[in-house]
Amino acid sequence: MFASLEGKKALVTGASRGIGRAIAVALAEAGADVAINYSGSEAAAAETAAAVEALGRRAIIVKANVGKADEFDAMVKEVIEQLGALDILVNNAGITRDNLIMRMKEEEFDQVIETNLKGVFNGIKAVTRPMMKQRSGRIINISSVVGVLGNPGQANYVAAKAGVIGLTKASARELASRGITVNCVAPGFIQTDMTDKLPEDMKESLSAGIPLARLGDAADIANAVRFLASDAAAYMTGQTVHVDGGMYM
Amino acid sequence: MSEVVERVKRIVIDRLGVDEAEVTLEASFKDDLGADSLDVVELVMELEDEFDMEISDEDAEKITTVGEVVTYIQSHT
Repeated sequence: MFASLEGKKALVTGASRGIGRAIAVALAEAGADVAINYSGSEAAAAETAAAVEALGRRAIIVKANVGKADEFDAMVKEVIEQLGALDILVNNAGITRDNLIMRMKEEEFDQVIETNLKGVFNGIKAVTRPMMKQRSGRIINISSVVGVLGNPGQANYVAAKAGVIGLTKASARELASRGITVNCVAPGFIQTDMTDKLPEDMKESLSAGIPLARLGDAADIANAVRFLASDAAAYMTGQTVHVDGGMYM
Repeated sequence: MSEVVERVKRIVIDRLGVDEAEVTLEASFKDDLGADSLDVVELVMELEDEFDMEISDEDAEKITTVGEVVTYIQSHT
């Protein structure tokens, strides 16, 4: 069903839990060696690594705050040193600091932009040189359905996720001539620790807007990423794939 | 000195896919050799690797011809 990723080397940010972990495992299932980035829980990252290794693939764990350009650069260098190349970058790391605009503190806005938007830019910039040299590369950025639809109480998160879609298009155009594709996956309401934290009333109103009438699974997102990372998606760039049960159409 | 010229020429020929005869010291990357801005960035990256040096963005912007690259490398290595 899926084109193989045999021999490919991937880096997934924020891969210790949730959607990131599912992506790391899916890429490993398809044959890729995977570098697992985390910023908080090394134990959780080790669990992801174990899942990758159980599939017979190589896993390494790299700690880095994606919002810091120097940390991202150092991480990419380490991944290439250890895995020998970098073919696939999945910018998945993200945080939330939800609040109503009137109550949102400047640092809540800044932190989310730094990790969720600048972190993606840092990643694209860090891999551009090695990917340009090898004349190929796949960059997949994780946006969100709220980046397209908006969501009250998430001005910072929505702004960052909408920004990721624009950033995807700009970098897709800039890097297309070098065989590097940049695409985006916009997950809907997926069952993870992040969405567990949402208030009940927001969960209910979000669920009511899902035509397929159920929450998504992290594996649903991972499947789309695995496709975009493969040769099967070679003719797609600058696109946003909406995996949201039909919330946005 | 001529060794630097040869190494630079080889990289330019390889990277931009131009004929050796076109790569004179006076040749401008953009005007004569058909390089776009991304090509120039790539060229600089390759030169950095080849000569094991770092060329700052500021300096890179000032380099427009093959001869300027050669001079830059000779004065920085």
